[in-house]
Amino acid sequence: MDIGFILEISSLYLEAAKFTLKLASIGIILSLLIGLFCSLVNYYKVKFLKKIVNWYIELSRNTPLLIQLFFLYYGLPKVGIKLGAFTCAVIGLAFLGGSYMAEAFRGGLEAVSKAQIEAGLSIGLTKAQVTRYIIFPQALAVSIPSIGANAIFIIKETSIVSAISLKDLMFVTKDIIGIYYKTNEALLMLVVAYLIILLPLSLLLTYIERRLRYAGFGN
Amino acid sequence: MALLEVIGLNKYFDGFHVLKDISFSVEKGEVVVILGPSGSGKSTLLRCINGLEEIQSGQIKLNGEVINEDSTKWHLIRQKIGMVFQSYDLFPHMTVFENILLGPLKAQKRDKKEVARQAEELLNRVGLLDRKNFYPRQLSGGQRQRVAIVRALCMNPELMLFDEVTASLDPEMVREVLDVMLELAKEGMTMIIVTHEMEFAKAVADRIIFLDGGEITEVAGAQEFFTDPKTERAKNFLNIFNFKEYKKGVDNNEKI
Ligand SMILES: Nc1ncnc2c1ncn2[C@@H]1O[C@H](COP(=O)(O)OP(=O)(O)O)[C@@H](O)[C@H]1O
Ligand SMILES: [Mg+2]
Repeated sequence: MDIGFILEISSLYLEAAKFTLKLASIGIILSLLIGLFCSLVNYYKVKFLKKIVNWYIELSRNTPLLIQLFFLYYGLPKVGIKLGAFTCAVIGLAFLGGSYMAEAFRGGLEAVSKAQIEAGLSIGLTKAQVTRYIIFPQALAVSIPSIGANAIFIIKETSIVSAISLKDLMFVTKDIIGIYYKTNEALLMLVVAYLIILLPLSLLLTYIERRLRYAGFGN
Repeated sequence: MALLEVIGLNKYFDGFHVLKDISFSVEKGEVVVILGPSGSGKSTLLRCINGLEEIQSGQIKLNGEVINEDSTKWHLIRQKIGMVFQSYDLFPHMTVFENILLGPLKAQKRDKKEVARQAEELLNRVGLLDRKNFYPRQLSGGQRQRVAIVRALCMNPELMLFDEVTASLDPEMVREVLDVMLELAKEGMTMIIVTHEMEFAKAVADRIIFLDGGEITEVAGAQEFFTDPKTERAKNFLNIFNFKEYKKGVDNNEKI
């Protein structure tokens, strides 16, 4: 193991880690928004939209991210739509993560009892207010563990974007191996970088989960 | 003019005729107790009155105004009709105080200071002011139910609906909740109460409505209903609760 070399390449990894984090953050936020939208459409059984949403969820869950990226990056230009690699990566991640987040929200929404909703209605709240003040906070508490798990899943999935030449951690690793043949050092750095990103998140999640279970708001 | 008027109400669950041609009215300040066997439609009737169930025919009028039309803004009507459920249904993610303030602040858009003062006053009256920052899970059943009553009262409703509010409580907590309701009755609150507490019904009711198989089979003053029920069904129903005579019978048999 060449420590000097590791120190030398660490700045490359720092850059790549920043990129991975940026991509993952945008992906996670968009996934949350899409997931929320889809789960609300399903929860309130919005005609027409419900169909589209369910098609989307099926499509998203049953195609690999790599194929989605290739389609966006290499396929779309053939019909005249040219998107940058970063845009493709963001769309791909959001497309994938949205359906997972929708599932997470669905679980939470379904956990809120009809009695809670009726109690909200009976103090004169509108449906929208019941959603905001009663359904939403209770659903979120139930959903948070799966939302967190999905966030970690999305971060890991970003490693695929090197396939469309984006300079994430995976890309830098392959690059260094290709140029210097220092496979061990590069792979070690790759694992360490992901650990540094994922471990705190994972621990935070465990902590929140325990807190939520402890608070156990039910009766 | 009656505060609440129900005229020819019919309610079906799919093909099942739950409420059959129900008509009655409640005057302002009156306490009406609905009695009847389990499954006779008491809860459904209360739920129809505040729009939690749709009805298939008939009219419900509040202060002379028909409230069961397609154009009815139920969230506005429900601000005038408080409802308390058997299972309390406090919001578990909010403190006692937040539970009580939610409706007045968000639905009625009232001033926070004014509402907070009223909420404290009401909590004080039911003996729970020191619990205002507790979460529902930290309270006993009886305390939760008293909070649920305060939550409804803080909206300043014109009519209160109570659906077997003591049915889930341990016996030693029943009294504290019933006392709150008796107090309300004394102050002139208009109430429709579904209960199986016969002594309480006798004490609190101005009028008894007896519901059986989805039909009103008897309406009478409280005194009259308990001492001299007119229908066979009501007599049978009351006998179920009548342990005294049953015990006497046992005693007599033993003597013989
Ligand atoms: N949501 C529902 N769907 C179908 N049937 C129902 C529903 N709610 C109540 N019922 C039926 O309607 C009848 C009256 O119920 P309910 O009003 O709860 O009676 P009670 O409160 O007098 O015990 C019962 O036979 C019950 O099974
Ligand atoms: Mg009932």
